[in-house]
Amino acid sequence: MTHLRRYHAAVWDEPLVMELSREGRRGLIVPEAEAEVRERVGEAASLLPAGIRRSDRPALPELSEPDVLRHYLHLAQETLGMMGISLFGTCTMKYNPRLGEAIAARPELAELHPYQDEDTLQGVLEFVHGLDVILRGLSGLDQFVFQAGGGAHAAYTFACIARAYHAERGELGRRNEVVTTIQAHPCNGATAAAAGFKVVTLMLEEDGYPSVEALRAAVSDRTAALMVNNPDDMGIYNPHIDEWVRIVHEAGGLAFYDHANFNGVMAKIRARDLGFDACMYMLHKTFGVPKGGGGPAVGAFGCTAELARFLPSPVVIRDGDRFRLDADRPASVGKVREFWGNVPQVVKAYAWARAMGADGIDEASDLSVLANNYMERRLLEIPGLTRSNPQVDAYRMEMTRYSLGKLQEDTGVGVVDVQNRMADYGIDAPWLSHEPWIVPEPITPEAGEMWSKEDLDYWIDVLAQVCREAYDDPELVRSAPHDQVVHKLADTSLDDPDVWATTWRAYLRKRAATPVG
Amino acid sequence: MRTTAHPYMANSVPAVKQVMLDAIGAASIEELFAQIPEGHRLRGGLPLPPSLASEIELSRHLRQTLARNETCEDNLSFLGAGCWQHHVPAICDEVVRRSEFVTPVWGTPSSDYGRNQAWFEFCSQLGELLDLDFVGLPVYSWGCAAGHAIRMAARMNGRREVLVPRSLDPERLAVIRTFCEPRETASHLTVTLVDFDPQTGRVDLDDLRAKLGGEVAAVYFETPSYLGTIERDAAEITRLAHDAGAEAIVGVDPISLGVLAPPPDYGADIAVGTIQPLGVHMNCGGGVGGFIASRDEERYAREYPTLNLSICDTVVPGERGFGIALFHQTSYGLREEGNDWTGNSTYLWSIAAATYMSLLGPKGFADLGELIVQRSHYAASLLDELDGVRVAWPGGFFKEFVVAFDGKTVADVNRGLRAHRIFGGKDLSRELPELGQSALYCVTEVHTKDDIERLVGALREVIAA
Repeated sequence: MTHLRRYHAAVWDEPLVMELSREGRRGLIVPEAEAEVRERVGEAASLLPAGIRRSDRPALPELSEPDVLRHYLHLAQETLGMMGISLFGTCTMKYNPRLGEAIAARPELAELHPYQDEDTLQGVLEFVHGLDVILRGLSGLDQFVFQAGGGAHAAYTFACIARAYHAERGELGRRNEVVTTIQAHPCNGATAAAAGFKVVTLMLEEDGYPSVEALRAAVSDRTAALMVNNPDDMGIYNPHIDEWVRIVHEAGGLAFYDHANFNGVMAKIRARDLGFDACMYMLHKTFGVPKGGGGPAVGAFGCTAELARFLPSPVVIRDGDRFRLDADRPASVGKVREFWGNVPQVVKAYAWARAMGADGIDEASDLSVLANNYMERRLLEIPGLTRSNPQVDAYRMEMTRYSLGKLQEDTGVGVVDVQNRMADYGIDAPWLSHEPWIVPEPITPEAGEMWSKEDLDYWIDVLAQVCREAYDDPELVRSAPHDQVVHKLADTSLDDPDVWATTWRAYLRKRAATPVG
Repeated sequence: MRTTAHPYMANSVPAVKQVMLDAIGAASIEELFAQIPEGHRLRGGLPLPPSLASEIELSRHLRQTLARNETCEDNLSFLGAGCWQHHVPAICDEVVRRSEFVTPVWGTPSSDYGRNQAWFEFCSQLGELLDLDFVGLPVYSWGCAAGHAIRMAARMNGRREVLVPRSLDPERLAVIRTFCEPRETASHLTVTLVDFDPQTGRVDLDDLRAKLGGEVAAVYFETPSYLGTIERDAAEITRLAHDAGAEAIVGVDPISLGVLAPPPDYGADIAVGTIQPLGVHMNCGGGVGGFIASRDEERYAREYPTLNLSICDTVVPGERGFGIALFHQTSYGLREEGNDWTGNSTYLWSIAAATYMSLLGPKGFADLGELIVQRSHYAASLLDELDGVRVAWPGGFFKEFVVAFDGKTVADVNRGLRAHRIFGGKDLSRELPELGQSALYCVTEVHTKDDIERLVGALREVIAA
């Protein structure tokens, strides 16, 4: 076993910024209006309607500029933030090239306004179009847009397009069902419901996915669409997926491929080749764009030429050597978000795809699947750990879901405890599972192509160590973490209106009403 | 095929792959893909442009392409309309470019504590600006925040209509319409437009009264409005909404709240808005983010679709932590039974905004608001004196105002201004034809008196030409 690193998070006991305030300090000085300006228009107060002017000062903190900087740098240091080893499954933790950050910081990108004349935006439009073309190549589909601010938002975009498609055919009133599976990300059902559809959820069967018969039984002339991922988060590929699409099409529905788990199948399969009408890629996962702790993100949405007229507007079009924004699209669903997307993230994804090239992308999926299966051999040697769908004997795709149910039975140590304890060894929290937990105490590492064999071995060594600790000294793990910024949260319900406080002012009010103790 | 290892992929060294294959007991990587039927496989490679694996080449390519853009730094821009050029303090950039904030996915409350604290400080400081106690973590944009808030109101009172001003940003209105669903769906919400008074640009109260029926779930309005005007009758609008049993939702630009009254002062129940002005670059529209806030009452809190971060205790007495409140009501907890949906959002920008609010403080917001109001009114008053130029509503706005041109189209004017390296205001002539050839001009703290006078001089020339 490799030597396990000693790690301890930075602890600053950093107060809240509101607690650092000292009356009169300034972090930014605003110039006074020029004399001519003041002379001509007078005081600001005289320019604002009475009764709608602010009468008090907001209770914001007052700090000097370096105080603000040091405060937030302390908070950065109190964040592990993928500085450890992060195998957060379903999110495909990969290298976020810093060239992308450097490029996005340039004024030629940061200081652009989306309503500038197209003549002044040719560079950025070329990137948007360039990534569109790359994604067409990867999917076999005909047109991509980047308006959606995340993967769930791209799923919502699809649901809106399905609405428009069936409305145009006069069938939306009847076609009010979307079919998905229990192993699809919750956002598929949730966005379909938010778009006005009823959701039909298929359960897993013996092979690890719902059967063709189950799908057939669920599909009818009420079916608007299928929204599904493949492979699923357990690493199982549904070999009947093309038949699924055929069944849905024959019933008059559309088929949407949630490519959340694209990393293991990049350059191996294409959504269109399997019959899908539309798909979604998460640029902040598969395409090397950083996650920012939860965005700004991009759900790249692509579809066939038949559906392209429904796409959110505008769409970037190439006209010879020029690029333009086409907003004159009468059948468009309109907008899912203002403007045309998180443009810097689109540029970063374009840069990533160019850095990788076709061979690099193919190799990345090779390495993802290689790494996952390499890990699996070693992980299954750890006492207390088992594999989901044990009956499925095939090599898994880019991730495998495991269960620490046996560990919990044997020791009382659950997977959240394990997650907390792993952080003490410098491991970023691994992913467990979306709701519902189909396997007990789930844990879902995804290796991806970035992490070295040494990193993967270290990660496995840490999990093995923590499981050993669970058998030898369960309290050590149950009381973890020990070496983080703070200890684990108290077992208090944050669903209690007397307890929750999403702002400091709410906290102060509630604590005054119910003193601690 | 490349023969050297790729810099992003540590295991692309052939010998490393072999060691891993040997450990698995597989003869080839191809063997590991046996789950995928042959008929599904793509054979024959991807039609992608050639790779630029060397950062030296790639950086050059990216910079050369970007050089085809013209920026609002090298030009003088008066564009706003949902994406505004404000000063971004250097510290905001320094903080949001820290790797610990750029790259994390989630972590645990203990391991990624600092980021969670920064998020909490975002909500807390925004709560002070808004004078509201409950603030969710951000959503994709202002329009999405408004859409979610309208759906919250409809879930609360079971009504199926929303009133919004006809002067609403068509971009934001389109997003709201998407959220409200088409009429064929059972959960459709009817969007009804309330007229604006052509004399003032503000909501037409008579039209509002006429349309406020018993099916109205919410009245949504903005101050300042899309057309820049401050709704001096905001309290009357919310009173009318409440009398009709509807929720009052207001959209605000938080950078105005150093000088403009916070939403509860005029009776708003839910406040939504943008976070882009608070320390985030325009990013070609990719800098937007939205927020939802309200009084901390259970009936509102239970309808939030956002993740909601609460300060709480750890197992060690006296130690603070941050955890997710009301998780179960989100789509992560309840799938399709949850409130709308939750997913990746614009959380990194909330850290820029937290930094920004800490830098400005109470006095900074007041000073900034005053400066903007003075400079924007200065610009409006000079423009209004030009022949062939008229400011539609010359008083009572914040940073944006409508400029109407006689005898020239906005397209012509803006084309002429470009020769002066000026980006004129957003053309309104197609979206609001009754305003004639009009444009929405935006003046902020980045526009000096000299900049404004340069615009005036250039416009004089363009109009005379």
